[in-house]
Amino acid sequence: MRFTLNGKKRQVQAPPMKRLLDVLREECGLTGTKEGCGEGECGACTVLLDGMPVNSCLIPFAQVRGSLVTTIEGLQGRHPLQDAFIAEGGAQCGICTPGMILAAAALPRGATMDEIRLGLAGNICRCTGYSAIYRAVEKASTRSARRGREAP
Amino acid sequence: MGAIGRNVPRKEGLDKVTGRAKYVDDLTFPGMLHGRTIRSTIAAGEIEGVHLGFSRKGFTIADCRDVPGRNVVALIELDQPCLAERRVRHFAEPILLLAHEDRERLLEAEARIAIDYRETAPNYDPEKSDRCFKEIVIEKGELARGFAEADVVVEGEYRVGHQEQLYIEPNGVIAVPENGGITVYGSLQCPYYVHRALRVLLGLSDEKVRVVQTETGGGFGGKEEYPSMIAGHAAILAWKSRRPVKLVYDRVEDMVATTKRHPGVIRHRTGVTRDGRMTAIEIDVLLDGGAYMTLSPVVLSRGVIHATGPYRCDHVRIHGRVVATNTPPNGAFRGFGAPQTQFAAEVHMERIAEALGMDPVRLREKNAFRPGDTTSTGQKLGRDTSALRVLHEAVSRSDFRAKRRAYRGTNRGIGLALFFHGSGFTGGGEVKLASKASLELTETGARILVASTEIGQGTRTMHAQIVADTLEIPYEKVEVEAVDTARVPDSGPTVASRTCMVVGKILERCAQEIRRELGGRTARDYLAERGPLVVTKEYSGPDGLYWDDETYRGDAYGAFGWGCDVVEVERDPETWEIRPTRITAVCEIGRAIHPVLAAGQIEGGTAQAVGYALLEEVAIRDGRMANAQLTNYLVPTTLDTPPIDVAILENPYEHGPFGAKGVGEMPIDGPAPAIVNAIRSLGLDVRSIPATPERILEAPAVQNPG
Amino acid sequence: MLRDEGPLVPLAGCTDVYVGLNFGTLTAKRFIDLWRLEDLRAIRITDGILSIGALATYTELARSPLVSKRLPILAAAAREIGGVQIQNRGTLGGNVANGSPAGDSLPVLAVAEAGLVLASAKESRRVPFLSFYTGYRKSVLRPDEIIAAVEIPRVDGRQWFRKVGTRAAQAISKVVMAAVRSDSPRVAIGSVAPTVVRLPKTEAVLSSRASIAEARRTLEAEIQPIDDLRSTAEYRRRVSANLLERFWNDTAR
Repeated sequence: MRFTLNGKKRQVQAPPMKRLLDVLREECGLTGTKEGCGEGECGACTVLLDGMPVNSCLIPFAQVRGSLVTTIEGLQGRHPLQDAFIAEGGAQCGICTPGMILAAAALPRGATMDEIRLGLAGNICRCTGYSAIYRAVEKASTRSARRGREAP
Repeated sequence: MGAIGRNVPRKEGLDKVTGRAKYVDDLTFPGMLHGRTIRSTIAAGEIEGVHLGFSRKGFTIADCRDVPGRNVVALIELDQPCLAERRVRHFAEPILLLAHEDRERLLEAEARIAIDYRETAPNYDPEKSDRCFKEIVIEKGELARGFAEADVVVEGEYRVGHQEQLYIEPNGVIAVPENGGITVYGSLQCPYYVHRALRVLLGLSDEKVRVVQTETGGGFGGKEEYPSMIAGHAAILAWKSRRPVKLVYDRVEDMVATTKRHPGVIRHRTGVTRDGRMTAIEIDVLLDGGAYMTLSPVVLSRGVIHATGPYRCDHVRIHGRVVATNTPPNGAFRGFGAPQTQFAAEVHMERIAEALGMDPVRLREKNAFRPGDTTSTGQKLGRDTSALRVLHEAVSRSDFRAKRRAYRGTNRGIGLALFFHGSGFTGGGEVKLASKASLELTETGARILVASTEIGQGTRTMHAQIVADTLEIPYEKVEVEAVDTARVPDSGPTVASRTCMVVGKILERCAQEIRRELGGRTARDYLAERGPLVVTKEYSGPDGLYWDDETYRGDAYGAFGWGCDVVEVERDPETWEIRPTRITAVCEIGRAIHPVLAAGQIEGGTAQAVGYALLEEVAIRDGRMANAQLTNYLVPTTLDTPPIDVAILENPYEHGPFGAKGVGEMPIDGPAPAIVNAIRSLGLDVRSIPATPERILEAPAVQNPG
Repeated sequence: MLRDEGPLVPLAGCTDVYVGLNFGTLTAKRFIDLWRLEDLRAIRITDGILSIGALATYTELARSPLVSKRLPILAAAAREIGGVQIQNRGTLGGNVANGSPAGDSLPVLAVAEAGLVLASAKESRRVPFLSFYTGYRKSVLRPDEIIAAVEIPRVDGRQWFRKVGTRAAQAISKVVMAAVRSDSPRVAIGSVAPTVVRLPKTEAVLSSRASIAEARRTLEAEIQPIDDLRSTAEYRRRVSANLLERFWNDTAR
């Protein structure tokens, strides 16, 4: 079956009901996507499917045909959120971090605090109390806004 | 510029934000099997027969007869079998282990297994338990005299429920047969606990057992003692199959089977004078230990020592017990007994203020510890006693008094809690533990070798900062060796807010010795001239610390951290829901080695306590956790966690590295009583947590609202 | 295909399917994927009827100007279902088909007096939403049918919605109420009976202009909440009555 993974066309053989999470981790060797609960409650397995955050533990592989999938590996360490999460302490144990960063990456540009809290409500973090995550998201958002302005 | 006090980048930060960090489930080994644990479906009884119902071909199957050494999870007492023999003492007790190449086949096989039991009557009520794991009495002064001095006596009973640690990465390990022994890779806090448990279980010598920590997705105490159990299971399967075996729990199994915070009933009787001076404190603490001892005696110990809260009183009697019931064993969880007893202490304090018609801040001011005061165990408090300072800072920062007045009669409430938390092991624990740390000189700097684990709190980073500044080298030049018992010494467990204050101090001493040894030479010159240099030091406490474990008298902790929380809440009059809207968290922690990491501990602990206070309820039905799903066990999301205003105060502790004390646990002690006191300010007489809307609906009115 | 090859479980956004498989409440081994059927996703107004394709996700409902204009309480319910990840995949048809008494969109459909378009390979039929469920997670949907669309007639009056779920996000409802204030008020509640329920007796009291106290008493007698893991019967009863009064006060003019 064909789909686009982190910008590259891929052909992967896997059973249609296999969870996207397992396909990514086992067939594609991308273990940055984590499993926290297996029932769509914690958001640790969040990936972007056609640009939208989804729980990859609830997506049958069959539904990924022809779609664009972005995992944490797809950000290549270059996304402003990644730096900001390090600087602001947004990642402690790190297990929710890949999903959290991808959910944050899908927030509207210049998101308000209410939008940030709503947009991340499907991602549970047990370490930070979320405060440092908000600071990281806000910092990345100002930084990318600045970068946007400076661009020719 | 030094590293201490600066927010240097977390050592493993880049790996974590890029998904490169390897957690146990991210690893595979050639020929690896998957393991599965078959557990009891009754709470008490005897196993009469096991019927497999499937062909053994391709499966490795193990029970208690396959244990090569002693069938126990070696911890304080050897009372817990690694695999049940005949007796079953709790639901989800491990009985049988399966391993297979294909995870799906394991689930199919599990469904076909039938176990016959002869059930006996279980007991879930700690008040009716016939087995006490530990009883402690603390006595100071003469209680009768204290009550004779009192004008008013206030009594109360307070209850706290279980709490699940809910690290987002479930428990998991991989056991690999290697060199005639076993290597275990796993998500764990205490590699040397696992090391010892495996030696006893497998009957192997020290060097045949190796434990390697993989990146660990949260612990909070939940990976303190339990990994010894799961590592044992994987090791038994690996031993028998001669192949690597991965055993990673799913969320349901993790919640049903692993340890929780001890529930408890705490009763207070306090004598006070009309002007608010406490003359006598009598406290009874009863904790539910579950079916086996695990760390219960130590949890009780910390619980009773903190039971008075940070208040002086000449006449104190504290009686504590932790007893057995037929529920899965309870164990370590951030705070370790102190959140339970200080919840009771601080809600009781509020009730004393109500009874006296006194301002709750004034009452606390009057009784809070000052330097030179003695605690219930007779410990004389040092200059770093900051109870009043944190109280005043929290009250003014939050505008407590004005808001308290303004909110009267509205659906808004505000409450506070003052608390303290001892850093490091209790009593003579650190001396007995005799932790070691090593520091190795490298061409470019130094390499830290400790068994202290990074579980999110920032161990690697903060240790490297201490070493960097002691050696006066850049932080980037300090490496941290992976936690592997084949390479690092036993630095003791990563628990009890001891990693910075205790292990960090040993590292500081290692670094000081390296500096002396270098005598001004560069590392490169030294290594060329003299060869490799590794300095290992052992814990050595401050002089004059004294503790008597028989009488529970003496210096319970090297130092205490001090905290005060103010919580504002809003009540929904239609649904009895309580929403915290703002929390002010003031903590005095000696010195913040890394302010962002320290604030992260305070914010995270505070959020976890919001769950403890309002949302998190372990529903035990017939001895089983009935809501073992994230859908039904509710932890705070972004929308449940209010803004937290953190203030870190510094009051250096002379024996901590650069003045630092512990910070990891303390933040979870205060928010629950502060929230309940805020609810009380709304006129609702709540004395137990979680204060769910269903409980608040039942709450009577406060008799003498403040 | 549904008819020829025996029972197949239709798949939409799958937000409930894996939970069912993991917990053994769903034992099916064969599935048919509807997700790519774009025809079942449209939200449009035809002949004055708001027609919502069964595959419309909560995100799409929350963002749809048509839904916000015609049935804002459906958009409100959609915003409170799960987190963003669930809203991006969960569908209106799935919420109806799953049939949980706690389904957040269901009281909205009940007060909107929605109709369901049920389609099989050979025909399609229309069933009023209010006669769709026959018991706890049971409905008139035949094995060879799927829910194709939800049709919503014009709703006159002031709409009101409230979900109560202990936690502020990602919570399963303990009580969820939708209501419409008009000459003939409508009230529906989820999580207080084996299926979502309309409250005809309470509605009659409200339209008779009797006191709200009497309406509360009627409601408390009309619902049959139970104690379960998430809440108590007592709590649900009292909150339901409070919400009724809140609805009545909020929509007074």
